[in-house]
Amino acid sequence: MIDLGPHATYIIAAYSFVFIVTVGLIAVTVSNVTRQARRLERLEAERKSGA
Amino acid sequence: MQALWALLIRDLKSASRAGGSLTTLIAFYLSLGVILPIAIGPDKPLLASLGPALIWTGVLLSSLLGLDRIFVADHDDGSLTAFRHTRLGLSAISFVKLIVHWLTTALPLIVLTPVMGVLFSIDLDTLFAVMLTLLLGTPAITALSLVAAALSVSLKRGAVIAPILVMPLAIPAVIFGVGAAKPVLGAGQAETALLFLSAMSLVFVAFAPFAAALALRVSQE
Amino acid sequence: MTDQGETISTNWFSQLAHPGFFMRWSAYLIWPLALISAVLFAVGLWFALFHSPADYQMGETVRIMYVHVPNAWLSQFCYGIMAVSAVGTLVWRHPMADVSMKAAAPLGAAFTAMALVSGALWGRPTWGTFWEWDGRMTSTLILFLIYLGLIALWRTFEDQLRAAKVVAVLTLVGAVNIPIIKFSVDWWNTLHQPSTFFRADGPKAPASIITPLLTMTLAFTVLFLLLHVLRMRTEVTKRKADRLEHLKIARQQKAS
Repeated sequence: MIDLGPHATYIIAAYSFVFIVTVGLIAVTVSNVTRQARRLERLEAERKSGA
Repeated sequence: MQALWALLIRDLKSASRAGGSLTTLIAFYLSLGVILPIAIGPDKPLLASLGPALIWTGVLLSSLLGLDRIFVADHDDGSLTAFRHTRLGLSAISFVKLIVHWLTTALPLIVLTPVMGVLFSIDLDTLFAVMLTLLLGTPAITALSLVAAALSVSLKRGAVIAPILVMPLAIPAVIFGVGAAKPVLGAGQAETALLFLSAMSLVFVAFAPFAAALALRVSQE
Repeated sequence: MTDQGETISTNWFSQLAHPGFFMRWSAYLIWPLALISAVLFAVGLWFALFHSPADYQMGETVRIMYVHVPNAWLSQFCYGIMAVSAVGTLVWRHPMADVSMKAAAPLGAAFTAMALVSGALWGRPTWGTFWEWDGRMTSTLILFLIYLGLIALWRTFEDQLRAAKVVAVLTLVGAVNIPIIKFSVDWWNTLHQPSTFFRADGPKAPASIITPLLTMTLAFTVLFLLLHVLRMRTEVTKRKADRLEHLKIARQQKAS
């Protein structure tokens, strides 16, 4: 790692916060994609079997 | 025109019949006038220098208190649906509502402001300045309240959500209102602020009835 | 989704934005966008952390700028997208405009929050304070409040189709207000303190700063587009599933 000087804490904190929020945003978005897709699949299967 | 006048009178009458809301408004405003100095401490010069800012904040918060009343009665008893089919149009009716809300909410607060002035021990010149800026600036806040009330009229929790919609948008009014009333400024800057404040009120009052009518229309479709 | 969405118009744009068709063409966007964003992030971070010199004025803290400025830009870009979508909702009553608006609001709030926090962490070593009531930071904070209000309004409605139209009105009222807020905050700022801060996007920025800044900005923007498309697709799927669930409940009630 390079030397970040006397303010390394702030730089690391800023990058960590942005990293955590960005990764969290991606994780939530992707998990919603799969959850809704599964829900739709399940409901469509139920409709076909019911009809 | 005559119909609008009749509506104005009707709404003013029903507002005065439901007297509880005016009492609540006054009690809330005066409570702020007691709580703020108690929290800050009885330091008169400090209170006097904070006075205009505190009074403006107090007026903003108090005027948000009865915001849901603007349309809710007419929505609940179905008058709003009936209004949609009259020749008047929802914009004109919203404009009347704006006037009624200003007369029943902002005006009492401005009339009470000298009491707040005494509690915050501000001098007479500053008090007049604050009252003038309130007179010029509250129409903008009322206009925003009108739009927020129209947006949330069909919601059960409208009274909770509408204030948080108004507050960020009301910030310019507070900036220019307090900016024009603060005695520390040069005369030129106070005048600039007054002009901006009046311009804002005029523009907001001109556009708010249309935005409110649009919001009422789409929320009832 | 809705009846409006099912009617296929002859207009190519409405066809492109028809929910079913949208699901088809947007599927081809996901992996390319993800790939471009990942490459840009890799290059951008390498430049930002290892391959750019410290600023002669701010030292190493200049590196915070490479995550701060992209988020600050996106906080405004996202509102722009929402305002355009709001016009789409109110004027053309297009269901995909609703979906776009709804998908963008939480993203906008998240990017604004990142801009605020990274700005505060940048301000502490540069100005000696986490929070400075400077014009930009103040208007960004107000923008954050507006985003929260919009999200809260979305969530209070049960009927999402009605919510879309109401939120669209508020989005446009906000769009008209943002310049006024910006102007009033700037005026208030000059009143209380002369602004002598370093301006990040001033014309004097050297190329060593421009390269990582531009790469990171592009990386975040592509990521935003990717997330926006994904969230829109999720919303379309969700509405489809919701409708099936309503039908199922109706069938069950009929049977019993």
